[in-house]
Amino acid sequence: MNPGPRIQCVINGRAQELAPPPRRTLLQLLRDDLHLTGTKEGCNIGTCGACTVLVDGRAVLSCLFLGVQLDGRTVETIEAAAQDSDPLLDAFIEHDALQCGFCTPGQIMALRGLFRQHPQASAEEIRRAVDGNVCRCGAHLRIQAAALAARDGHRKGG
Amino acid sequence: MPRIVKQKIEFEGRIEERDVVIEGDDLPIWSADERFTVVGTPVLRVDGRDRVAGRAAYTADLQPAGMLHGLALRSPHAHARITRIETRRAERAPGVRAVLCHTNVPKIKWWNGMSWVFDPELRYVGDEVAVVVAEDAEAARDALDLLEVEYEVLPHVVDAEAAMRPGAVQVHPGGNVLGGAPEQYERGNVDQGLAQAEVTVELTVRTPDQLHHSMETHGSVVDWSAERLTVWDSTQHIFGVRRQVAAALGVPMDKVRVLSPFMGGGFGSKNGAGKYTVIAALASRALGRPVRIFFTRIEESQAAGKRPSSVQRIRLGARRDGTLTAVDYWGLSNVGAYRAIGTPLSGPPKELYACPNVRTDTASVFTHTGPAAAFRAPGYVEATVGLECAMEALADRLGMDPMDLRLRNFAEEDQVQQRPYSSKFLREAYQLGARGIGWARRSPTPSHPVRDGKTHRGIGMASQLWGGAGSPPAYAEVRLNVDGTAEVRIGTQDIGTGAKTALAQIAAEVLSLPVDRVTVALGDTDFPYSPLSAGSQTISSCGPAVRMAVEEARRHLIDAAASVLEAAPTDVKLTAGHLHVAGVPERKISIAELTGRMGNFTITGRGFRGANPSDVTIRTWGAQFAEVEVDTETGGVTVLKIAACHDVGRVINPLQYTSQIHGGVIQGLGFGLSEDHVTDPETGNVLDVGFDAYAVPRLSAVPEIEALAVNIPDPVANNLGVKGVGEPPIIPTAAAIANAIANAIGVRITDLPITPMKVLRALGRVE
Repeated sequence: MNPGPRIQCVINGRAQELAPPPRRTLLQLLRDDLHLTGTKEGCNIGTCGACTVLVDGRAVLSCLFLGVQLDGRTVETIEAAAQDSDPLLDAFIEHDALQCGFCTPGQIMALRGLFRQHPQASAEEIRRAVDGNVCRCGAHLRIQAAALAARDGHRKGG
Repeated sequence: MPRIVKQKIEFEGRIEERDVVIEGDDLPIWSADERFTVVGTPVLRVDGRDRVAGRAAYTADLQPAGMLHGLALRSPHAHARITRIETRRAERAPGVRAVLCHTNVPKIKWWNGMSWVFDPELRYVGDEVAVVVAEDAEAARDALDLLEVEYEVLPHVVDAEAAMRPGAVQVHPGGNVLGGAPEQYERGNVDQGLAQAEVTVELTVRTPDQLHHSMETHGSVVDWSAERLTVWDSTQHIFGVRRQVAAALGVPMDKVRVLSPFMGGGFGSKNGAGKYTVIAALASRALGRPVRIFFTRIEESQAAGKRPSSVQRIRLGARRDGTLTAVDYWGLSNVGAYRAIGTPLSGPPKELYACPNVRTDTASVFTHTGPAAAFRAPGYVEATVGLECAMEALADRLGMDPMDLRLRNFAEEDQVQQRPYSSKFLREAYQLGARGIGWARRSPTPSHPVRDGKTHRGIGMASQLWGGAGSPPAYAEVRLNVDGTAEVRIGTQDIGTGAKTALAQIAAEVLSLPVDRVTVALGDTDFPYSPLSAGSQTISSCGPAVRMAVEEARRHLIDAAASVLEAAPTDVKLTAGHLHVAGVPERKISIAELTGRMGNFTITGRGFRGANPSDVTIRTWGAQFAEVEVDTETGGVTVLKIAACHDVGRVINPLQYTSQIHGGVIQGLGFGLSEDHVTDPETGNVLDVGFDAYAVPRLSAVPEIEALAVNIPDPVANNLGVKGVGEPPIIPTAAAIANAIANAIGVRITDLPITPMKVLRALGRVE
């Protein structure tokens, strides 16, 4: 495919100069071009949340976000959350908040986005943050418990 | 010396006689009072870190160098014949490397010989017409539009009852009933039983198609650029995929390797190879490059399998004291265009309750809709709705407590095979579950529909019967490294259940090592054979083989230690990672010291799964209790709580046990209230694509779930005393919710999913 306009952005802390073709989604750009496969494709039509990443600190569905929109923006994926030891990862493991784990990076990034904006988010806000993330194995209650634990860990740690 | 014996094997609700190879003596069973340090404890998922950090490489994540992408053009018609297909324009499109279809691919039998990998006759909307292989996914998708296909549209039938009528359009030359005729069973005399009944109830029940919708869609990455064909597959059965691929392509099995190290869910829909696996292999061989074919979510809605919809009629006859005199059950299962195995709807009505007179008449019916697949307790989920709703309707008619009615008709032995159960702790499950929900608070069901526009609460329950015994064959190997760590190799797969963790616990227990000193490697056909991860059998089939392998390694350790410690092997004990002489604790050596001293002389062990006892039936049991709130103004149903208690033998990992219970309950909740895969009868088109119209439960719909376990080892099932927990928890959920709704509003709705509109209709508040 023909390259599009040159853009500059930061992905997981690294400045990138890219020229994504006009149709290339952020999801494809991350997975196919940059080989950051921690971000999963669940539906590619914005209905499942598996591809959730942070753009400028906010959770977005990367399958609905075009690469060309990235100019001047900052992207964080699950790889960044793992790199800086986001307490959500430990909480998910300790609460067994996953089974197959395919939706897990998206769940964690949705919550990471919430806590970035609202470190003291309420249980209701937590529920709303992940309500768009499908988990077919049925880890929902464990995800909620892990999120609450991670939030309260934040609080303890100041 | 191996011996071959005939044995009755239960799998996924069906019993068949199979040859079983007996290789030697099994280990004595872990007794009920055996004390453990790792087994039975909530060990965290051993691969949890890889999965949460996004570094677990699922099949969908693999990108071998030079990989091409394949995408299918699918039939827009429910039934049609391809009269012309022109591929040249697509082949010339930028990035396109190949187009495969029936005109250029040899005939390869598929769907159990009912069709071909590329069949010019198309039998559902979504049937494969052609596959484009291109440099990237967009190029493949663009090229689909350049394929020119002409179809002769043929008459179709999408409804199971219509397909059963005389003169119906035939889906296959053998007729529309799988196996040629309905399956019938009768014991005693049902007509007499009904005549003797003082009370009868009759229900018609409908359950919808339910889609698996695993988060990782169906797909393979195949590399046949070298002599050996390598398949990475999102599958529940690597060895089954190897067998199917080898047979389809005429390749010796040792030249096919199938891998599935991380797997994003299957729920029964990934029990074998897909056409995509074979097509990717053909393209890879032709082009000399790896080929990836993965379903889009839309294809997943059309062509990835489904729990087939059912229509059921059930009649129960009973005496005034509740004693059943007859169970008369009829059911149809709409298995779509292709299915090899009938849906075992008759399982629960035949076996769950003691009754001398039982008749079942069931058929799996072909239609021009997407092919059915096993879905977590196939048949039993659907039929439990029929049977358990009828039981509560009967209890209401008799003015009896539904629990008392169930206990009155408690089946003490297997009435179908006329032999005892290995164990049955269903009474215990009833007791624990009833306490969990507060059953004593349950009010009698209102005798008239409650349509006052207010909210009303109700409590209901349902029982669960299923297999889960597991069986041979399954094999495992273990080796101890120089540093005293252990590696288990077993050709099973962890589809998200936590099998890897449970198997590591078993190995760690026997070797008295911490779990983090044990690695379980799985998902590779280069490892010893293991069965498909289905039928709730992974731990009950593979666990005993792993135990036997590590027990053998343990014996070798003891022998080696005995020579070092100058003691008789019978005096050497292994505890807490150390081998010591009984009674002389200071004469000891750690496993790591011992293996270190041995250098690369390696202690190994091999284990197999012993045969099941032949004179008993092994079942899992359970009960779930639901409390709901129904808004009689809006028809909305809120499930407040599910208390679930199951008898699955010894629990290896209570944390993952609870996760399995949550998963089953939540899928059962969706089946009961919201999930509905809708096919347009006019066109055969699927109307719900993706997760927009198909409503899987989200966190906001999930109630409190109290997961309880009987946790008593089965005394004879296998050397661990375990049974499976994968499927049991989905079986009674929807029935318990339906019963709770009836208890709340005084009207019984047995047309699932129970949507607000159906509630309002049942209450007579809308037309």
